[in-house]
Amino acid sequence: MSRSNIALLALVACYAALPLFGGSYTLRLGTIASLYAILALSWNIVGGFAGYPSFATAAFFGFGAYTSGVLQGHGAPLIVGVLAAALASLALASALGAVLLRLRGHYFAIASLSLVEVFRELVNNATDLTGGGMGLNIPVVANTSVMGDATFFFYAMWLVLLATALAVSVVAASKLGFGLACIRQNETAASMVGLNTTLYKTAAFGLSACFVGAAGGIYAAWVHYIDPSDVFDLLYSVKPIVMSLIGGLGSSLGVAIGAFVYLALEEVVWRNYIQIHSGLLGVLIVGLLLFLPHGLVSFRGGFGRIWGRRRKVKNG
Amino acid sequence: MAELLRLAAVSRRFSGLKALDGVTLAINKGEVLGLIGPNGAGKTTLVNVVTGVTRATSGTVTLQGRDITRLKTWQMARLGLSRTFQIVQPFAEFSALDNVAAASLFSQPGESVKSAREAAREHLAFVGLESQALQPAATLTLAMRKRLELAKALAMRPQLLFLDEVNAGLNSAEVERATRLIHRMAESGITIVMIEHLMKVVLNVCSRIVVLHNGRLIADGAAREVIANPEVVKAYLGHKYAQQEAVDGRA
Repeated sequence: MSRSNIALLALVACYAALPLFGGSYTLRLGTIASLYAILALSWNIVGGFAGYPSFATAAFFGFGAYTSGVLQGHGAPLIVGVLAAALASLALASALGAVLLRLRGHYFAIASLSLVEVFRELVNNATDLTGGGMGLNIPVVANTSVMGDATFFFYAMWLVLLATALAVSVVAASKLGFGLACIRQNETAASMVGLNTTLYKTAAFGLSACFVGAAGGIYAAWVHYIDPSDVFDLLYSVKPIVMSLIGGLGSSLGVAIGAFVYLALEEVVWRNYIQIHSGLLGVLIVGLLLFLPHGLVSFRGGFGRIWGRRRKVKNG
Repeated sequence: MAELLRLAAVSRRFSGLKALDGVTLAINKGEVLGLIGPNGAGKTTLVNVVTGVTRATSGTVTLQGRDITRLKTWQMARLGLSRTFQIVQPFAEFSALDNVAAASLFSQPGESVKSAREAAREHLAFVGLESQALQPAATLTLAMRKRLELAKALAMRPQLLFLDEVNAGLNSAEVERATRLIHRMAESGITIVMIEHLMKVVLNVCSRIVVLHNGRLIADGAAREVIANPEVVKAYLGHKYAQQEAVDGRA
C-alpha cells in the first residue's frame, strides 16, 4: 500500500475521536464531512482513477436514501436498510454502467447526468411506494438524547467512510487500480494489451455507487424525512467533483482532504456571508483551481520547496 | 509450414471507400512476412481488422482454425495476437517498466502486479531500455518509445506479432538496431508480419512479401520475385527502383 493511502487511513482513524471534543453542532458538521468524503472518494474511483467524468453521484445517493427509507418504513432495522441500499446501488450501477460506459468524454458526462433526472422522476411518480413529491417519513431510530442521536449517526457515517477508504486503498494497489490507470491514459492501447475495458469500467462504476448508496441510506435515517428534490439534488453530483479538483485528481488522500476543506469553506462562507454565500463560494473555488490547478496535492513535498523557490528568485 | 492465421475474402468499407477489398491471405507459423504498398493501400486497416480494432465488413479471419472475426480486441490480445502502433501509444504517465508490466499483467492469466513488473524487467533489457525503466514513457525519445512498443508487444508472449512501421522516423543507426531486434524476435519463434516502407529492411528481414494496392492484394510470393513483379513496380516501387535493383542484381 502506498504511503499516501496509509496516511488516508490514519486520517480517517484519528477522525473517529471527534465526539471527544465537540457538541452536537460539531458532530453534525463531522457527519456531513464524512458524507462529503465518501462521495468524493467514491467519485474519484470512476472520475479520478478511470478518467470518466461521472455526474451520477446524486442518482445513487438518492437511490440509496429511498431504498433504505422505504425498507425502514416497512420495519427493517437501519443496518438492513443500509446494506440493502449499498448492494442494490452496486447491482444497479453495474448494470447501467455496462451500457453507459460505452460512451466517452462529454457524452458519458451527459448520460450520467440524465440518470439523476430519470431516477428523480421515477421516485416522483411511484407515489404508492415512495410518497412521491410529498416525501417520505422515516421512523426515528430509538435513541434517548440529542447527543446520543448525534454520536450514533456520526459513527454510522464514519464506518461507511472507513469502509470507503479501505476499499479505495485496496483498489489503488490492485490489478483493478492498475487497469483503471491504463484506461485513463489510453483506452485503445489498454484493450490492445488484453485488458477487458468494459468489465473494469463497470466494476469501477459499481464500486463508486456502492458506498454512495450506503451513505444515502444513513442520511435518510439521520434526517428522518426525505423528498426527491432533496436527495436527487444535482449538487450532490457536482460537489464531489469540486472536492476532488480541490484536493487533486486521482490521489485518495488529496480527495479526502479536499472534501474537508470544501466543507470548511462552505460553512465559514455560509455563516459569515449568508446573503452572498453561493457567489463567494464560487469565487473561492475558481480562485483555488486557477492557482492550484493540480489541487492541494501540489503541496506534497512540503511548503519548503515553494518557499525555497521564492527565496531563490529574490536573491537572484 | 503450418498455417497460423487465415484471412478469407476480408473486406472493410468506410462508407464509400473500400479500404480492404476481398483480401485472402494465409500466414504460416514462424515466417516473417513483409506487407508493403503505397500510402492508403489498406495496410494498417488490415492489421486493425485482424486485431479487432475495426471489424471486417465481410469475410472471415481464423486463427489456427478458430473463427476470430467477431472477437473483441482484448480477447484477440489474449489469444496471442499482438501489435505495435505506427503512432506509438504508450501509457504516458506510467514508467517504461509499468508500461511493459501492463502488457504482461492483462494478457497473461494469473499474473499479479508484482510478477508482471518482474517479467517486464527482462523484456526491457531485451530491447535495451533497462536504464530507462523508471522514467515516465512521455519523456523517452521517439526511438526509445518505438522500442518500448516492442517490449510491450513481447511481454504479451505473442504467437503473431504485427509491426506497423517500427522504423518510421528513426535514423539509420536506430533502424539498424531495431532490425537486429526483429531478427532476434523471429529467431525466438515468433511469427511476424511487418508493415515497412524501407525496402532495405524488408529485403533483409522478410522471406515472403505481400503487396496491397487500393485495398486489393496484388502480389504474394518470395521477396525477390515480388519486387520484380511489373504490377508491383508500377503501383509502388517505381521504375527507378526496379532499374537500380536490376543493376545491383547483375553486379
